[in-house]
Amino acid sequence: MSAAAEIIAALAAAVPGAQYEELQSSDSNVTPVILVPVAHLLATAQALRNAPGLEFHAFSDVTAVDFYPQRQPRFDLVYHFVSPHRRARVRVKVRLDLNQAVSSITSVWPGAGWTEREIYDLFGIVFEGHDDLRRLMMPDDWEGYPLRKDYPVQLRKDASTYMPLQVTEEEFRANLERDRLVRPQPPTP
Amino acid sequence: MGLETEFEIPVLTTTVESVVQWARRSAIWPVTFGLACCAIEMMAMASSRYDISRFGAEVFRGSPRQSDLMIIAGRLSRKMAPALRRIYDQMPDPKWVISMGACASCGGVFDNYAIVQGSDQVVPIDVYIPGCPPRPESVIYGIVQLQKKIAASKLDQTPKARIA
Repeated sequence: MSAAAEIIAALAAAVPGAQYEELQSSDSNVTPVILVPVAHLLATAQALRNAPGLEFHAFSDVTAVDFYPQRQPRFDLVYHFVSPHRRARVRVKVRLDLNQAVSSITSVWPGAGWTEREIYDLFGIVFEGHDDLRRLMMPDDWEGYPLRKDYPVQLRKDASTYMPLQVTEEEFRANLERDRLVRPQPPTP
Repeated sequence: MGLETEFEIPVLTTTVESVVQWARRSAIWPVTFGLACCAIEMMAMASSRYDISRFGAEVFRGSPRQSDLMIIAGRLSRKMAPALRRIYDQMPDPKWVISMGACASCGGVFDNYAIVQGSDQVVPIDVYIPGCPPRPESVIYGIVQLQKKIAASKLDQTPKARIA
């Protein structure tokens, strides 16, 4: 019984109704690869972290791949989880189509927050339940998702030269006043 | 400029303009501002082996308000462009900008959406230094060219004559 089949057997007990599939990879003897249906991702993540015998306590990474136009659905989300005390790893893949949302795993591993933001920024995949889903790398007002295969890479745009102030003039003056109060006053003669 | 010797103390006559421009070009203080690998060469230029202090430009200031020169050392991303512009706007006049390397001058190998294709879209550039990255000697040569440009400028920075 392969390592992936053992994990699938343990998951099937914890997540009823989910159909898992073992995938082959050049390193699947070291890192078992499992395909997870989109609807069961969150339940699977909770089981991977907490179910006895799995205990993948550490979130390693999540990234995305765009297979446009060869494949439908076009996106793969690739998660890596580590169980430090069992010295085991697992790779979880989720297939997503365009404009299909996926549930965020930040409720299970809070450290996934920024990598999910990066995927949202560069691939436009929306993570439901993420409490701060903003762009991470591109400017906030950027249009489009640069790592999609149909994105015009050699895009020509005028460079923006203005960055809005982070405090208003009133807030700036209020900060000055506040700092003046704590500053030691010169002695009065 | 001339040396007057008929007085008790010898007197050197010159113009305010040439003295002021001599002072300006002899102490070009760059702002500490590096964007990518070119910044490593810029730091090497400041170190003892290449020793930019021979040309009076070794005082890298931590604040743009004390600086005369900005060396754009590396590729300028679109997200960085507003910050670079703000640092430039904070520098007091007179101020100069050197575009160091292929990426800062024209985008270099990064012909894509994320990199500004030439930092002259964001700030006015005085000297462009080619190279990927330019060696410290090239950057020193660029600073010497900038000194020549300052020497050939009027007080308000308009050029006195065409610079060869």
